[in-house]
Amino acid sequence: MARTAVRGRLIWQAAPVASITRETTSVVTIELDPPHWPGHRAGQHLDVRLTAEDGYTAEREYSIASAPSEPVTITVERLEDGEVSPYLTGELRPGDLLELRGPVGGYFVWEPGDGGPLMLLAGGSGIVPLRSILRHRLRTGSGVPTRLLYSSRRWEDVIYRDELGQDHDGVQVGYTLTRNQPAGWTGHTGRIDSALLAEVAWPAEANPLAYICGPTSFVETAAAALVELGYPPERVKTERFGGTGGTDGRSGR
Amino acid sequence: MDAVDGNAIGGMLIEVFGAEMTAASSTCGTCGASRPVAELVVFRQAPGTVVRCRTCGSVLMVLVRRMDVISVDLSGLADLSPQ
Repeated sequence: MARTAVRGRLIWQAAPVASITRETTSVVTIELDPPHWPGHRAGQHLDVRLTAEDGYTAEREYSIASAPSEPVTITVERLEDGEVSPYLTGELRPGDLLELRGPVGGYFVWEPGDGGPLMLLAGGSGIVPLRSILRHRLRTGSGVPTRLLYSSRRWEDVIYRDELGQDHDGVQVGYTLTRNQPAGWTGHTGRIDSALLAEVAWPAEANPLAYICGPTSFVETAAAALVELGYPPERVKTERFGGTGGTDGRSGR
Repeated sequence: MDAVDGNAIGGMLIEVFGAEMTAASSTCGTCGASRPVAELVVFRQAPGTVVRCRTCGSVLMVLVRRMDVISVDLSGLADLSPQ
């Protein structure tokens, strides 16, 4: 049955997979070509629905990894006991159809007019919507000073390593590795806490705008620390995607 | 299972309200705390989705899906105002 898109309504649609890029051993980026796409904002997500032969469905949210001016891509981390991510990271092939709806979200979004300086904090695949923000900043020529602190277990788990390693004017990227570090590592170690943020975050007097995305416990700790440093709570935007294991949560949202 | 937050149910809320709601302002009917829906605490274990106040923990919304119908209980909210 033909469906008509109603303005303001989300409809499920089958989007062809244009390409799949491996980011790390457990993470892939999937470029999609949804037939009805109104355009997205940096930081938004989309909902993915898988339907089994017996009609059982599973829905998950995945952050959009690309800038609004780029093709729609999502980045997905494989969770071993997940229902959806093992399929997306292991079975899905270019040309397959993926059922999705979106874009979704009006809170965890950034536009150049929102200003800054920007303080971006990522835990694991929480980097995904922040990468959309970084790309949007770059594509729009926004010169807003930006700091990113990215917490990951190991260096091999860092997503978009090459891209983040490129020198972009006005963007400072720092890492903290929580589990183990390569030989000669000069970055930060251990989980994000008040002491680390006091060292690397913009001072509150600069009136920064913060975006924090990652596992729930990471986000709670980081948000509380920024508020403790004097960031007004309404300038600290957060997105929590649950535990780091045991559920299929969203990847990067 | 860890809680997520209101961002995660943005799609479901569009189904219910026909509009983007994560940036909407919510006010708890119990303690009066106001914050964007995105900042509310969300538990998504079956059989439904339970949304709680981040200040006092009161239940603000319960959403239960049955086939194509979502039943919604908003009685814990004093106010819900789209941006």
